[in-house]
Amino acid sequence: MAENRRKVYMAAGYQTISMGTGRKEFNPKKPRPGLEEYIREAGQGTLRQIGGGANVDEGVIGNFMAARFNKQGHLAALIPSVDENLRWKPCCRVEGACASGGLGLITAVKSVLAGTADVVLTIGVEVQNTVKAVYGADYLALAGWFRGERKKGHSYFFPALFSDRAGCYFQAFGREKTRRAFARWYRNAVENARLCDTAQEYHNTAEDLEALGLTEPNPRTFVDHLNVYDCSKVSDGAAAIAVVSQEGLDRIGVAASSAVEILGWGQVEADLTVPPADFTRLETTARAVKKALESARITLDEIGTIECHDCFTISGLLSVEAIGLAKKGQGADYILEGNTSRTGPMPVNTTGGLIGWGHPTGGTGVRQAVTLWQQLTGTAGRSQIRIPSERPHALSVNMGGNDKTVVAIVYRRAA
Amino acid sequence: MDYARRLENVTVLGAAGKMGSGIVLLTAMEMADLSLEAGQEPQTFSLNAVDASAKGLCGLQSYLRNQVQKAAEKKTVALRKAYQDREDLVENEEIIKQYVEDVLALVHPATQLEAAYDSDLVFEAVPENPGLKIKLLSQIRSHSSRDPWFFTNTSSIPISELNDKVNLGGRIIGYHFYNPPAVQKLVEMICADATLPDLAGFAEEFASRLRKVVVPSRDIAGFIGNGHFMRDALHGISEVERLSPELGFVESVYTVNKVSQDFLIRPMGIFQLIDYVGLDVCQYILRVMDERLAGARLHSPLLDRLIAAGVLGGQYADGSQKDGFLKYDRGRPAGVFDPERAAYIPSSEIAARCDERLGALPGHAKPWKAVIQDRDRARFLEAYFGQMKESNTFGAMLARRYGQRSKEIGLGLLSDKVAARAEDVNTVLETGFYHAYGPINDYFD
Repeated sequence: MAENRRKVYMAAGYQTISMGTGRKEFNPKKPRPGLEEYIREAGQGTLRQIGGGANVDEGVIGNFMAARFNKQGHLAALIPSVDENLRWKPCCRVEGACASGGLGLITAVKSVLAGTADVVLTIGVEVQNTVKAVYGADYLALAGWFRGERKKGHSYFFPALFSDRAGCYFQAFGREKTRRAFARWYRNAVENARLCDTAQEYHNTAEDLEALGLTEPNPRTFVDHLNVYDCSKVSDGAAAIAVVSQEGLDRIGVAASSAVEILGWGQVEADLTVPPADFTRLETTARAVKKALESARITLDEIGTIECHDCFTISGLLSVEAIGLAKKGQGADYILEGNTSRTGPMPVNTTGGLIGWGHPTGGTGVRQAVTLWQQLTGTAGRSQIRIPSERPHALSVNMGGNDKTVVAIVYRRAA
Repeated sequence: MDYARRLENVTVLGAAGKMGSGIVLLTAMEMADLSLEAGQEPQTFSLNAVDASAKGLCGLQSYLRNQVQKAAEKKTVALRKAYQDREDLVENEEIIKQYVEDVLALVHPATQLEAAYDSDLVFEAVPENPGLKIKLLSQIRSHSSRDPWFFTNTSSIPISELNDKVNLGGRIIGYHFYNPPAVQKLVEMICADATLPDLAGFAEEFASRLRKVVVPSRDIAGFIGNGHFMRDALHGISEVERLSPELGFVESVYTVNKVSQDFLIRPMGIFQLIDYVGLDVCQYILRVMDERLAGARLHSPLLDRLIAAGVLGGQYADGSQKDGFLKYDRGRPAGVFDPERAAYIPSSEIAARCDERLGALPGHAKPWKAVIQDRDRARFLEAYFGQMKESNTFGAMLARRYGQRSKEIGLGLLSDKVAARAEDVNTVLETGFYHAYGPINDYFD
């Protein structure tokens, strides 16, 4: 993996509220902002910090399934609705299921590396509360292989795929401890979310989170090995960030101390039509992380915080192993020992991750970058953690589908 | 005739009514589920939805469509398995739509009673009028090509009386769903002495397949549910009459309704519940019970006067609440009927004064909904009513009187042998009326 041939930075991040059940203002029966409003809010949130649309060369939007959730395709042409100065500029929409946001970031990074743009506005968005969860499950299932998998799959297709992974993991490494690790993961997620006012679980006041997390799964109404607390919720939300070159930073008037540098990245694709060889392993995630670290020329010891793709507690646990924080079969211990908590040696998902902050699918990859940009530049507010000087890097891992598309990115504060 | 065979041709009488439409819904889904389990075409089964009102039957169609869809959305995990051989049905949405179609295809609306003549099972859910029920059942009995079993949804008329007057030879059972049948878990089951054991066995199986809670009641007019409700309602009315000279009628209705809801932690106040059931329906039930229970004195001249004045309660076709004792704004009580002025007085004009008179709720108070969701409900209720015992407010005093009367009614149902066990009385009130606790308790002693 080659090093970046040109320095690439990210700055001026913005995230909307992750709206859905759990937020006090959420009422499924009342009208809510739609796709257009979320795109505009996030895009303008970033443009305000970089001198407006006139400073932007290009726009990229990551989105998974607006065609079905919102009956809207052609999202690239919604980018100019953010700011009239974006009209007539090159824009594109990218899709890689739940890694659409990560693909958006990488697409922008590549434009900057190619030298065809110095400032790229990158947006990720998904608005999913337009239908009941049972129909949303149909749309999300399109991240799997429709012709080969859907008919024989479960009503809740993705929860069931990861429930199967959990079942295999239970069999290989024990159920009781693993379920306790899931419950701890849930607790960490909610406790972190309570520190971030845009998080979907920000208003969560449940007292005994681990007891909730240990609720027995109900296969009659849901899936075999996961309960609802093991799952990220249905979310509406968007995030945006500017991906820029050194010249771009100068143009938008953002100091290096307010930006992060992209040191390396890994973008890996697996074959949608081939089932995972080992259900207890996220192989694609492991490969993407390895590439990202190698291209950044750092090791895991130099990472101070991670945003991982915990669409389910089991994905969180398997990510811990795939990233290399724990050996195979030891992820549960690693979590239960407190290593991933905000006060532990490797704080993971400091604003709650997908389970705590929320998972507007196509927006998640960009939201992860915004969180890390905030943490590294010291602007994370109540959720701010200390980034140790000997471990000044951060890592984001954004996964699409059942470990099929993965984007991993390594960041460091620019100055 | 086995269980599934018995359900192949069913008629529901009064199919467009509140109870009838719910029974159609549950029965049609059970038929569809049976055929899916057996891998048969759903058309093996047929359900005649008979009602005198053609307009009502149109409404039934859209009601069924909505309700079956909601039910299908909740059981999509099972439906996906049931339709696993249908290659053309892949997404949840396709499966749910197919299920809705399959259920609706079983239902044949009819305005003529002849539709029932080939049925092996007849559910009767027509108005609570003994003469009407006897007339319709007799007509089916004499014209039927079968020996159908009759399930009557009566909430008050003794089953043995229907059996004798229609000459059914035990082919009848009381099967009292609660409103709305699709939601309420309770079925009060009443066997007459003559009821055939096979029929009772089928009735039990049907209820368990519908995931209902069955409580047996003796065959005594009013059974357990109305045996309690009617007396409880009359207590509320007599409290209004007792308090009116001092507080005024409108204020008394407001006060007693509030005590029976907020102080007693019930889902609705007593006058809202009377409105929900319908004043005229209550009057019918009281009459049926009063005529059959010697010395029971179940009658309310006030109710008669209000009904004569056109104050009826009940629901509109879309399920929204009609005005009765109370006036409703988007389903919430917003005023009280004043018979002298023949008009509704807005709650806002009297609430502050009445609330002040009642005094504060005991310190631990929580709304009914929070209480039924409380994981440790028993402990909460113990503490709450403990505080109420210590409280000397007007509200606490009225609530204690109310709770004591409710218990007395419950114990009366036991001593009259309407209910075999205190637990049965409590289960009926908890599952059929959604009370947070049964009337037979120690909270008000």
